[in-house]
Amino acid sequence: MDILPILATLRRHKVILWLLMLEIALSCAIICNGVFLIAQRLQHMDIPSGVAEHELVQIQQAPIVPPPDRYARAQEDLAMLRQIPGVRAVGMSNQVPFGGSSSNGNVMLSPTQPHPTLSAAEYFGENLVQTLGLHLIAGRTLRTDEYVDADVVIRALADGSSEGFPMPMLVSQALAVRLWPQQNPLGKLIWLAPTASFRVVGVVETLARANAYNTATAQYSMIIPLHMGADKDQSYLLRTRPEDRPRVLAAAVAALKRADPARVIMHSRSFDQIRSDYFQDDQAMAGMLVSVIVAVLLVTGLGIVGLASFWVAQRRKQIGIRRALGATRIDILHYFQTENFLIVTFGIVIGMLLAYGLSLWLMMHYELPHLPGIYFPVGALALWIIGQLAVLGPALRAAAVPPVVATRSV
Amino acid sequence: MFSYYLELALRSLKRSPGLTALMVLAIGFGVAASMTTWSVFRAVSGDPIPWKSAQLFVPQIDNWGPNGRSSDGEPPNAMDYADAMALMRDHRAKRQSAMYQISPSVVPAEAGKHPMNVSGHAVYGEFFPMLDVPFKYGSGWSASDDESRALVAVISSKLNQKLFGGAASVGRSVNIEGKDYRVVGVLDDWNPQPRFYDVVNSGGFSVNGDDVFLPFLTAIQADLPNDGNTNCNAVPKESGFVGLQRSECVWIAYMAELDAGAVAAYRDYLDGYARDQQRAGRFAWAPNGRLRDLRAWLDNQHVVPSDTKVSLLVALGLLLVCLVNTVGLLLAKFLRRSSEIGVRRALGAPRAAIYAQFITEAGIVGLAGGVLGLLLTGVGVASVGWVLPKDIAALARLDVSLLLLTLLVAVIATVLAGLYPTFRASRVQPAWQLKSN
Repeated sequence: MDILPILATLRRHKVILWLLMLEIALSCAIICNGVFLIAQRLQHMDIPSGVAEHELVQIQQAPIVPPPDRYARAQEDLAMLRQIPGVRAVGMSNQVPFGGSSSNGNVMLSPTQPHPTLSAAEYFGENLVQTLGLHLIAGRTLRTDEYVDADVVIRALADGSSEGFPMPMLVSQALAVRLWPQQNPLGKLIWLAPTASFRVVGVVETLARANAYNTATAQYSMIIPLHMGADKDQSYLLRTRPEDRPRVLAAAVAALKRADPARVIMHSRSFDQIRSDYFQDDQAMAGMLVSVIVAVLLVTGLGIVGLASFWVAQRRKQIGIRRALGATRIDILHYFQTENFLIVTFGIVIGMLLAYGLSLWLMMHYELPHLPGIYFPVGALALWIIGQLAVLGPALRAAAVPPVVATRSV
Repeated sequence: MFSYYLELALRSLKRSPGLTALMVLAIGFGVAASMTTWSVFRAVSGDPIPWKSAQLFVPQIDNWGPNGRSSDGEPPNAMDYADAMALMRDHRAKRQSAMYQISPSVVPAEAGKHPMNVSGHAVYGEFFPMLDVPFKYGSGWSASDDESRALVAVISSKLNQKLFGGAASVGRSVNIEGKDYRVVGVLDDWNPQPRFYDVVNSGGFSVNGDDVFLPFLTAIQADLPNDGNTNCNAVPKESGFVGLQRSECVWIAYMAELDAGAVAAYRDYLDGYARDQQRAGRFAWAPNGRLRDLRAWLDNQHVVPSDTKVSLLVALGLLLVCLVNTVGLLLAKFLRRSSEIGVRRALGAPRAAIYAQFITEAGIVGLAGGVLGLLLTGVGVASVGWVLPKDIAALARLDVSLLLLTLLVAVIATVLAGLYPTFRASRVQPAWQLKSN
């Protein structure tokens, strides 16, 4: 296919050519950045929680009249929940991964450190490793005799006494690697307050935080063996087979209400529900961006159809002459297809520059990361395809122009 | 003359229905997509109290010092109990209120009905006039009610519906956490978005409004714990809610109403307060307070998700693509009609007439696109709930100003888009055009 005659023709239609290229360039810029934004959302939504997501249900309840002994009430509730048929493990926690409301502590590597090293999620509660289905990769899990009532620890902290410390704790692998790169974390000490030290006795593979906004720190978690009393901030966690979840959840809520009618169930949901609640914004944003990209492709496609039709109508006579001089239908078809390919390619080149500029601007204003080069071919490919699809109709119509048109005066 | 152009335009559009439909579709689509996103953006960035936002201020006090500041030197975004109480006592603003989020259980009087957990805020009586809170029945409580820790409550009309069947319940009593409170006011529909008086706790947006407001000191006395965020730079020395009140932990929101002339004086007062604390040995650092008006505060707290801004940009890009598209199509359409223009010019039509005729035609396309865009925007805004979270989608409403803007954008954009082709078309030499035929 000879490209030079096409370029010569295009030079005679500068304004329309520029408009078309501008439209394609804009589309290219939008698509590249849009796809990148979608990919970021999807990547964020993919953060592993580390827990057995399809087997867990959470019940958060609040007593209206505080029970005389919160710790005894929690143990009674846990014992009762364990009796429900189908329940494999029962635990209690002050937070759950992606639960939204979080409890965090400032981690120090020495008691006299002026600034904390980092902030990490503090999981307090019973039987968490087994109930959440955490994967222990080093050391041991927490023993029943290591648990202490939360009040005891708070009192010790308030008095500034270091009695009872260091307490044992588990850390997530991400936290261990961040605090002690290349070292064995087992036996290492950290401080959450100048008098409160903790010794790492085990490492779990993954445990996400309740508010995992930031992908880099989303897996910094600690598990501390504290008995928490039955109050509105604690959740009961039940592990069961996936198909038993609705039944177990209903039975557990009923049992809790039976044991104390004057309590309010604040949440009762499966972990799948927790995850989808937590990431609903990301999902919404990704959906919105997908529809805008589809819209851009559609509009660009329609624009190409319109302008290509115009050109075909305008050049009917020339096409007729070419056909009369021996050009085949395929030649005419290829002419318009090549022309479209060239225009789209010019547009894409401009669009890439535009996309790069747009990404720089977004980066400056919205703390978004840099647009990686991998997304440029995505935009280019999408536009080449939509361009060829859009031009096919008008090009076929052009190929159908009979040679006899050449002999007509208009 | 105009009706003649109108007829010409309609006739010409009818001649190429495919191209016309394409243009109308492109405009309608672009307008609808960008307007839908815009309505979401406006819903979340909208000033919740435009008539007063310049007089409402959020003071911040740096009670944590350099180690507790964020990387940009910002002090904590809430107050501890001691500072909030001191500011309330000094009472330097025209009106002010400390507040914290509560989540008490309300026990309905009727036997057999389950207790329910409602969300609310503990506030001072000045909260209601300060924020122009609308009342259906009754009103807020007085300063003396605040002082005497009176057992009074203001409830939402929703809670009033649940408890009293919507009756004028002022004077009736409601059981909150086991104590009887006298209802002094029932709110009219009031659920400002973003929930500007306590954005730290609601993340800005919240579907369910507050259902109950209790006097701040009453709630403290009744031991109603804080249901919002608590941030500490050190472990409280004592446990429980009382321990929290004696700690440097921040958990109280604060808002003050200041007239334009009083802002500088209040800033000085805050500085002076911090300096006093420094002298007293409580703060070991120079004052680092802030006093932002409501808009600046909402911006500072990133209440508008940055997502929405980016998607607005993408949607505007889509509108731009549609407009470029329409310019191209109009150009193609008008340039094809050079012979018609030649004939009209040869018969004596001045350039102005050509302009008038073609701008009319472009205007019709724009209007049709605008009307289509309007319908699609309606559909778009209605279906926002499918993609966006409930709390944001509930705010995205199609309103009159948005509708008018949609129409205006469409027509202006197409008429502008039609100008260049018209310019080209009216430049055509009549003689040349007639000859070539």
